[in-house]
Amino acid sequence: MNQPAPLPLVASLLDAPLPPSGIAWLDTARQENRAAFAAAGLPDTKVEAWKYTALRGLGQRSFANGDADAQTRAVDASALALPGVAGVRLVFVNGAFRADLSTLDALPDGLSLQPLSLALQGDAEPLRFALSRHYRDAGDAFAQVNAAIASDGVVLRVAAHARIEQPVQLVFAGAEAELAWHARNVIELGEGAELSLVEHYASRGDAAQLATLVSDIELRDGAQLHHVVLQDAAIGTNLIRRSSLHLHARAQATLHVLELGGALVRHDLRAELIGDDAQLHTRGVFMPHGRQHIDTQLAIRHQALNTTSTSHWRGVANDRARGVFRGAIVVAPGADGSDANLSNKNLLLSPSAEIDTKPELEIYADEVQAAHGATVGQLDERSLFYLRSRGIPLAEARALLTAAFCRAVLDDLPNAALREHLSGLLVAQLPT
Amino acid sequence: MLKIENLHARVAGREILKGLSLEVNAGEVHAIMGPNGAGKSTLGNVLSGRDGYEVTAGTVAYNGVDLLTLAPEARAAAGVFLAFQYPVEIPGVNNTYFLRAALNAQRKVRGEKELDSMQFLKLVREKLKVMQISDELLHRAVNEGFSGGEKKRNEIFQMAVLEPQLAILDETDSGLDIDALKQVAQGVNTLRSPERAFLMITHYQRLLDYVVPDFVHVLADGRIVESGDKSLALKLEAHGYAGIGAGHAAAPHRAGAQA
Repeated sequence: MNQPAPLPLVASLLDAPLPPSGIAWLDTARQENRAAFAAAGLPDTKVEAWKYTALRGLGQRSFANGDADAQTRAVDASALALPGVAGVRLVFVNGAFRADLSTLDALPDGLSLQPLSLALQGDAEPLRFALSRHYRDAGDAFAQVNAAIASDGVVLRVAAHARIEQPVQLVFAGAEAELAWHARNVIELGEGAELSLVEHYASRGDAAQLATLVSDIELRDGAQLHHVVLQDAAIGTNLIRRSSLHLHARAQATLHVLELGGALVRHDLRAELIGDDAQLHTRGVFMPHGRQHIDTQLAIRHQALNTTSTSHWRGVANDRARGVFRGAIVVAPGADGSDANLSNKNLLLSPSAEIDTKPELEIYADEVQAAHGATVGQLDERSLFYLRSRGIPLAEARALLTAAFCRAVLDDLPNAALREHLSGLLVAQLPT
Repeated sequence: MLKIENLHARVAGREILKGLSLEVNAGEVHAIMGPNGAGKSTLGNVLSGRDGYEVTAGTVAYNGVDLLTLAPEARAAAGVFLAFQYPVEIPGVNNTYFLRAALNAQRKVRGEKELDSMQFLKLVREKLKVMQISDELLHRAVNEGFSGGEKKRNEIFQMAVLEPQLAILDETDSGLDIDALKQVAQGVNTLRSPERAFLMITHYQRLLDYVVPDFVHVLADGRIVESGDKSLALKLEAHGYAGIGAGHAAAPHRAGAQA
């Protein structure tokens, strides 16, 4: 059978050399993932997980791989500062670790944090499980690419029972060059450990980029993670992320996500509650405007007794933008007594904007409490009139109601300074 | 202050107001009474500028300005206030923040200096005391989870802070128990002043026991069919709306209060 010529994007990604590691199992995994990508190519919209996110446009582009000048790109470190976040910081520019912008001296006891490029020079064995994975599902294209060619990223470990007081900030900055970059992150919290993590996408400039990120997050028994994601990438950034969370017994993860920037943005968040009494709480807002496309795919599997998940997501689309949300929850056989709650409410601020939302719930266990719902609508006319009747001008009334709609999901973010900042960013993105 | 002449208005293609005329002067309290469907709430909504109400004929002059051409927020800035029959719950918008945004937006239009949060808080404290409202309401989202009585009291409290010239109370008494009714009435009485006029739209005479009106008008089938002093309300209470208007429909011009 004649194979059609690969799309320019696929060709350019296959063109990238596999990073030399000197580690046999890693080289094998990279080769196999690349071979899988070469065979499967990009998913089309017939693949369920990509139904609402067409890759036709992106597929026609090609990107140089990596940035030889990553170490010397000018990045304003002060622009990376976030209120309520001080201390340890790891910065990547166009996918490469930048020691000069990072703050890694004086790591608190119990925290180990280093770039993957460095970690692989030491004992790579602890990373073997995560990095030797083969991605085989239809729709795994970008995970395959990442597994094949990502050569840097974050390796973060918190020792058992260590509580890291100051939030740790991970910055992924894209800078001023048309290219593709990749990052592979491996995060593990030991038994009873506690960590606040802020993941920040902060590219500037309007160069078109493709970035892929794959993160594995392992929470051992009783570990607690407070994770904030601020995605404020520049308008030319195509950002494809996959996060996989494993929650062991009594582990708790709380996630607050703000998706503001980017061109084509996709986030696959896959969480498995594999230990009894594990809890996952996700909150998120996506606000595409202009011609942005922001797609969030949430897949939560309850696999143990009395596990809890709550997911509250809000979408606001303006102009000709498109938002996509899929929230799939599975309560597996044996996960009796689980509690799953998912809601996704969306606002369309323009007649040309579109949001596709799809909650899915599959329950195979007993004594499960589950609720899910999704809505797409416009601002409530009665509320608008109420505000205007008190003297608040129409544009301000709209902004007030839209901001309130989005802020609802940030309410339970404990870091007040960061919450205020994120809330301000939301408001700044609203049409005036 | 307010001069309504021969006002005709439609909602969803149906004519509700059919030639309503009314004149209200500063310092006066007018009660508009009438059976369900007479057009009472339509009058309040038309005056405050709600969408979906189409004025097909007639004029409304407010301090010499054509009120009907103004956006709702401009009417508010000019001093018109509508206390809603069904106040809207607005989750996520803090009551204090909302009220300060409203007051400052109005002040800005009027060319007055905006209040900073300290000045605003001081004003709010004074008004809370006068209105006998717990400051706990301030910390909540606008009307969210408020009881019926709390919502109505919040309307009166907003009125106290915004200090309108013309306050329209749309069935503010409906759904209130007697204690809440007394509190609302006391709030209104506190705000009565020679510069301020009230238009109280009500179905029942009950509220008028506590807020004594200068004039009572009967609204039936889209126009004012009878006007009088507070004794008219008592007559309605005794005899009901039946019969009212039958002999008066041809004489809408009696409706205006004396200038």
